[in-house]
This record gives sequence, C-alpha cells and structure tokens, in this order.
Amino acid sequence: MKQIQNIGLGLFLLGLAVFASLIFIGNYEVTPEILDEVVNNKGIKSELFINNMNANVVGKEFSSPFSVSSEITSAIENANETHKQNSEWDKVIWDKPHSFSYEIVKRAGSGLIKENKGLFWWLTFGLGILGALMYIIPNVVIKGPPGIKNNGVWFNTATNRGWIGWFAFVFLVSFYLLLYFRPDYIVNWTYVVDPISESLSGNLASQWFLYGFLYCTVMSVMAVRMYIKYRHNKYQILRTTSVLFFQIVFAFLIPEILVRFEKPWYDFKNAFPLDYDFFFKWNLDELIASGGFGLFVLVWGIVLTVVIVPVMVYFFGKRWYCSWVCGCGGLAETLGDPYRQLSDKSLLSWKYERWIVHGVLIFAITMTGFTLYSYFSGTEAVLGIKTQTIQDIYGFLIGAIFAGVIGTGFYPIFGNRVWCRFGCPLAAYLGIVQRFKSRFRITVNGGQCISCGNCSTYCEMGIDVRAYAQKGENIVRSSCVGCGVCSAVCPRGVLKLENGPENGRINPTEILLGNDVDLMDFVNKK
Amino acid sequence: MDHIVIIGNGISGVTAARHIRKLSDKKITLVSAESDYFFSRTALMYVYMGHQKFEHTQPYENWFWKKNRIDLKKGYVESIDTENATLSFSDGSNLNYDKLIIATGSKPNKFGWLGQDLKGVQGLYSKQDLETLEVYAPNNKVCKRAVIVGGGLIGIELAEMFHSRHIPVTFLVREASFWNGVLPQEESEMINKEIRSNGIDLRLSSNLKEIVSDENGKVKSIIIEETGEEIPCDFVGLTAGVSPNIDVIKTSTTRNELSRSIETGRGIKVNRFLETNSPNIYAIGDCAEQHEPIGDRRAIEAVWYTGRMMGETVAQTICGNKIEYKPGHWFNSAKFFDIEYQTYGWVWAQPKDNEARFYWEYKNGKKCIHINYDKVTRKFIGINNFGIRMRHEFFDSVLTKKQSIEYVLEHLADANFDPEFYKLHEKEIIAKFNTENGTNIQLKKKSWKRIFQTN
Repeated sequence: MKQIQNIGLGLFLLGLAVFASLIFIGNYEVTPEILDEVVNNKGIKSELFINNMNANVVGKEFSSPFSVSSEITSAIENANETHKQNSEWDKVIWDKPHSFSYEIVKRAGSGLIKENKGLFWWLTFGLGILGALMYIIPNVVIKGPPGIKNNGVWFNTATNRGWIGWFAFVFLVSFYLLLYFRPDYIVNWTYVVDPISESLSGNLASQWFLYGFLYCTVMSVMAVRMYIKYRHNKYQILRTTSVLFFQIVFAFLIPEILVRFEKPWYDFKNAFPLDYDFFFKWNLDELIASGGFGLFVLVWGIVLTVVIVPVMVYFFGKRWYCSWVCGCGGLAETLGDPYRQLSDKSLLSWKYERWIVHGVLIFAITMTGFTLYSYFSGTEAVLGIKTQTIQDIYGFLIGAIFAGVIGTGFYPIFGNRVWCRFGCPLAAYLGIVQRFKSRFRITVNGGQCISCGNCSTYCEMGIDVRAYAQKGENIVRSSCVGCGVCSAVCPRGVLKLENGPENGRINPTEILLGNDVDLMDFVNKK
Repeated sequence: MDHIVIIGNGISGVTAARHIRKLSDKKITLVSAESDYFFSRTALMYVYMGHQKFEHTQPYENWFWKKNRIDLKKGYVESIDTENATLSFSDGSNLNYDKLIIATGSKPNKFGWLGQDLKGVQGLYSKQDLETLEVYAPNNKVCKRAVIVGGGLIGIELAEMFHSRHIPVTFLVREASFWNGVLPQEESEMINKEIRSNGIDLRLSSNLKEIVSDENGKVKSIIIEETGEEIPCDFVGLTAGVSPNIDVIKTSTTRNELSRSIETGRGIKVNRFLETNSPNIYAIGDCAEQHEPIGDRRAIEAVWYTGRMMGETVAQTICGNKIEYKPGHWFNSAKFFDIEYQTYGWVWAQPKDNEARFYWEYKNGKKCIHINYDKVTRKFIGINNFGIRMRHEFFDSVLTKKQSIEYVLEHLADANFDPEFYKLHEKEIIAKFNTENGTNIQLKKKSWKRIFQTN
C-alpha cells in the first residue's frame, strides 16, 4: 500500500513538474493575419501600436511567452504614452496590457503543445489526477478503520507550516499571480484544456476556463480524500457532495453551456456581494440586452441576495451557503481541509477579523452604491471620485489579491478559510444574520467538555470553540460556516450543529450541568 | 485583602481560581511545579499522536492570567506550615496564605513490582510523563514494543497513542475482560474486540510479575505472572489506576506538630464543604477524600468533571457563600479507539437486586446502549451509550424527575445527540425492548419544545 502511495506521489509530482515547465516552452509567432484579426476585433485605432508591432513583433519567432509578451506590452505602453500626451483618447488602448497581450499570444503559439493538446492533458492533468488518487485511496487501509485519524498532522511538514507547506504556498501564490496578472504567460496551460472548452461552449479556453476546469478537478480529487477521511460521518459526506455538485454544475457547466446558447455567462449560486460586479454597468447592460433570460438573471440575482440568502440563514445558519454551496467554501473544504488546523485562534486575530471582514463589506456596498448612482444618473464620478477607479481598486485588492492570491495561496500558512474569514463580504453579511436572527447554533452537551482543544484546533474559521464548550455555552458566532468538523473531532460527543428555536440559543453559564442544582440556579440566574 | 493560594493548576485549581476571581477581589496565587500555564491533562494523548501541539491543550491564552489578576508561581511546595500559614518551596522560598486550597491531583499507582522504577517505566499523567515518553518511545525503531500494565482509561489511551506511531503494544489486563469492574460484560467485550481489531496484543487475566532491567538500568522485558512468559520491550506503561497525590502533606506532617497536621486517608480528608481538619485549608479534585462517600459515588473521585465541580463549589465557600459539595447526577465519558462512550446515571458492572437491564447492540458491533432500571418501579437508573451520542440535559432531567424506562424509550429521539444525518436506531432499539418485555412502547417524534423544557 505504501508502495502504491509512493508511486502515486511520484506520478503527481511528475504531472506537476510537466505542468510548471509548460510555461517555459513553445514557439510564438505573430503573423500579420493574427495582428489584423485582433486589431479588428478590438477596434484598435492606434497606428502607432500597429507600427510598433510590425517593427518588433510581427514575423519574428519567439521561444518563450515572456519575450513576446514583453514586446507586445511595451508596444502598447509606448503607443499609449504618446496618445495620452497628445490627448488622442480614442486611440489609447484601455485594456490591461497583459490581457490584451493574451489575445495575441493565445493565437500566436505553435509547436508541440498546441499540436498535442490531448497528450499534454494526460501528461499534466492526467498524471496529476491519477497520482493524487493513488496517493489518497490507499489511506482506506493505511489509516485504519473509519474514525478521526489526525495522527501526525502536526509532525508533517506539509501540514505544520514546514518546508512542504511553504513550497505549496509559493506554488499557489505564483499560480494566482500568473492567472490574475500575467495570463499571456500561461497560454500553454489554456491549450491543454481547449478541447474541453470547445466541447462545452464552442470557444477556445480562456485563462478563466482553465481556472474553472482546474478548480473542479482539484475539488473532485480532494473530495475523494474527504469521502475517505470522513466515511464514518454522513454530515461530511453529504456536505462534500453538495459543494462538489454546486461547483461543477452551477459554477462550471451551466455558465459554459449558457455561452454556447449565446447567453451571458452566469453562475446562479454566486450571490452579491461575493459576486461584486453583478451591478457593474457592463453586466447590467449585457443582461438587459439578452432579453427575457437577462431579465430573469437580474431578478434572480437580487432575490438571491435580498430574500433567499437571509431566509435560508435564518433556518439553517450560513452553513447552507458557505459550506454546502459556495465555490470558495468548496475549495476550502476539499483542497483546504488538510490545512484547517493552521488558522489562528487568538482573541487578537478575532478582533482583526471583525474589522477587516466588515470593512470589506462596507467597501463592497459603497462601491456598489457609487456604481448604481453612476448607472442611473449617467455621471462617471460621484463626489469627485471616479466610479471606475473605485471598481478597479476593489477588483484588484479584493477580487484578485484578497480572494485569490491570499485567499487560496495562503492555505498552507494561515489555514483554509483566510478569504472566508477575513475577506468575504457575503460571509460578513450572512454572519450578521446568523449572529442576530437565526435558528442555527452549535449546541454544547451539558457538562461533558474536557477542554481537550481538538474543536478549536480544527476550526478552520479560527473560532475558539473550546472557550464556549468548556463553559457549557452554545456556540453562536457570526463567522461559523458550519463545517461540522469540531463536532466530528470531539472525543466526548460534546458538540452538535443544529437548528432549533431561537429562544435559549445563546445560553451563557457559569456553573456547568452536573453540579449541585441549587448552586446552578443560584449562580446562573444571578 | 485575603490571599488565596492554590496548590495545583489542574482543572480543579484553575476552576476554583477563576470562580474566586468572578466572585471577589481577593489576591489569588496559583502554584504549580508541573507547567507554566494550565493545560488539559486529558489532551496529552493528542499531543503525542500529533493531533495537536502542546500549546493547543492550554484552554486560556497566556495573557488571561495577568488580565484576571491570577498570579502564577512555578515551584514545588515541599511543606505546609499550618501554624504560620506558610508554604515552603523546594528552592527555599516561602509564601504566606490566608486560605489554602490543595488541588494536587493524582499520581499513577505502583504496586511494588520488581523493576517499577527502571528507565522506560512510567505512568501517563503529567506533562513530564509526556516528555519522557518522547525519550523512550518516540517511534518504533527506538521502541520496538511497549507493554502496558493495567486495563483502565489511561491504559487504553496509551495503547491508542502507541498505535498511532506504529509501535507494537502488549496490553496486560488483570481482569478477565477490559475494565469490567466498571463496564457490564457486553460493553467490556465490545471494547476487547475494538482493542484487538486495532492490532493490540491484548492479554486478559494477566498480571505483571516483574520488569527486567538491562545492564544500563533500562527496561529490557517483562515477565507475566500467570504464564511466566517473558516479553521483550523497550517501554512499560504503568496504568493500574491513580491515587491521590498527597506527598506534600506527608512531608508536612513530619515537620508540623501532630495536632496541627492535615488529616489524610488515601487522600486528604474533607468534609462536605471541602474543608480539611485544618482551619482555612481546603482540598479539591483528585486529591480530596470525602469522610463519607456522597450517594453512590466513591469517596475519592479522580474525574475531570468532579474536579471542576469541586472547584466551582469551593470558590463559593471561600467567597462567603458557604455551600456543601453536592454533585448532581453522575455522568462521564471516554473514547476507546474509535468508539465513543458516555454514561448518565448508574449502570453498574453487575446489576443490583432491584435492577433490570436492557441491552441493544448495532449489527456492526461498534454501537450499543445499556439501560439500567428498577424492576418494580420501572424508574430509569442509568444508561451507557457507546458509539451513539446522547444529550446530557435529557438524562439529567429524566433522573431528576425520576422518569421511567418507558418514558426514556418513548423520548429517545429527544435524547439523541449524534451529528445531523446520522443513522438513527431508536425504532430498532424500541422494537427490541418491546419484543423482550411484551410492551408496546411507541417512539415519539423529536420535539424541540420538550428538549428545551428539560433545560
């Protein structure tokens, strides 16, 4: 069994190495036809840019995406600089240089990978999936009978912030930086998933398709790990199945199929304000332009946030979204599960958490307010601040850096819910409902707690569960996503997630059940 | 301002300190030779198993003590001078007190076995025990086999710990079946099976004869009394129960005049107010021994929960609300490898004359419940539940209201505390009872209203 695992690990690492090395290979040649096509598609009016391209890029062969990207982006920047000086605003290329460059490089690539997309899919995704499963599945036998087996979690350098953890951190952060800020470097990765994209939406894969496909793949493989690890715990099994379903069907398949039918890409479960650009002008315009369907999406999006989300939180707690439906939660609960013990449990981090996550919520609402005011009034700026600027800052700081680079990249260091805990405006909104108007709580079982600390250690949201449990007090916290792991790891059956009457949900106690009845009455009612 | 000194920073001492702080402004000093800060003793096993780091076993952050003005003093109390109300520490320093709470806990039993003080032979109780365990049994190369002597809760924990590091274990249990002085035969056998299915070499009805030393004074093997078999091993865990740790009283007695010495039996003798015979000196937790046992309880209760309750109680007395220690209904819990155990009320190993039993076991052999009730009055007396979680509030209320076995079975859905979506067995359980007893009990649907009334 150990042998199978080692082979699996080898295959996985090989797949990972091939994947990483793809960035560095391939040939890129921008033909005049490619340039024409992109210039026409994009409606480029800058002859300076076209001249720059013809002089430095077109007809030349580049052997890495870095060099061709560098030439294209400097062509854009040089042209823009001149146009801006001359106030030729219609000639300025407003696209992000690397996104624009991606359009060209994606078409310009040639060679081994583009010609053997299927083969390279197997060498990257294929080896990765196979290797990971060969590593994961033998644990059915190796880790012994069903039950909580966190043996050695804190001795393993992958899960105790050791060198493997730091390596994973660097890898994940690099991946997100490339994905968000240098898509033109990773066209080879997108080639590998082109055939799948074409079969779904009919289009070639963008970097976002690549990300979506990778996301589903990683979640599926790591869900197998969850199914094995928690095979004694039906709550975990169902929850894992649910997040996997919503990710694959709602976040991946349906939007791609919508595109095939020339409808706007839309993820029906992605609620505002997590879906922070829902009210952006381009989205509203696109929805309104797509007729009945667009109108339905518009109404659905608003009803989801205003009615469905809070009502469901009232009945079931925010877990119905955060750990049963949400894509971010889905990745955190599968890929992130091995890192849950790394979240900080100190009172100080709770304080930071409240300031930051509610700050992001206010930021999101303010930005949306500006956006809608601009939309209906037709002005570009509110109170002298350009709406576009606020949107760009939010998109960069929160949408890309916080949710992606930090949110997932920092799994191996700060635990798997960094984004959900400190950054997600939807989580903040759901949390307020959960704390003040909900039937959900984690019930503490009388006086049974022995303060062992497993619940707190394995709480991904950094809640000091034990602090409540050892006082016999139910856990009612805005941040709790109801993953149910505190209850699962409790050795004494102290914790139960449940939805019950609001009355008596919050029950601070001084003297725990089991002691003198008169003393309990005397102290607890004082 | 009164100075309250507490010897021992375990659950009893810390609970007392916390509650005294809530109730008063008295000066509080918490003394420990074992650790800088309070930690959960019951969680030491998880540190060895790698589930947690030691710091995770500390329920309060380090700033907590200063903020709550609980002074921590690390030091070993050598003697108590009751006449001058002074403690003497092994480093020569002294500390005066106005009121003293002794909460020194337990220490592992040693029954005079040959070789019981060799290197690599120890119990598992203190932080220091965990540290020496890491020295003598860090992995299965240094420790090729470990022998555990004594089949109680700590013994089986130790077995699980070694198992987590793939160290082969021989487990010597004096009784004919695991913990059968406490558990009825059915449950005891279930745990025997659980131990064996995890690959532990369980030897029932086996006593330790002697522990054999190598040339360096370290354990080399053990010999079994009954068979004379010699088992080579690198570590011996002595887990044949614990006794009150009253060393400090013993050394003090020799220094104090007899009339001023603190009275001891196996533990420190206390009355219902947890007062010793010496004025202003209290004893709580594992080290305290009641003159007369309370109800069906033992005179010495070495349990986390009772330690906590005594701490809660003595704080009231010290802060002027003098009350007796009157624990409520008995409850306890443990985990045996993958099988969780809870108990509410009393289920003795052997039924008493007035008692009848009802036992149900799930077909996978890893879940069961065992209910004890009065043959004549039908009054519910207690339940053991294995592999199924039950609500403490429910059974506490049932016991207080002296409900019947029928009531308990009808409301079993209210009692269930398993995570959502777990397989429910209530119908099956009741069907079995009905068949065995010719009754027609019907399960009532779970009712939040009832569950909350029990609060």
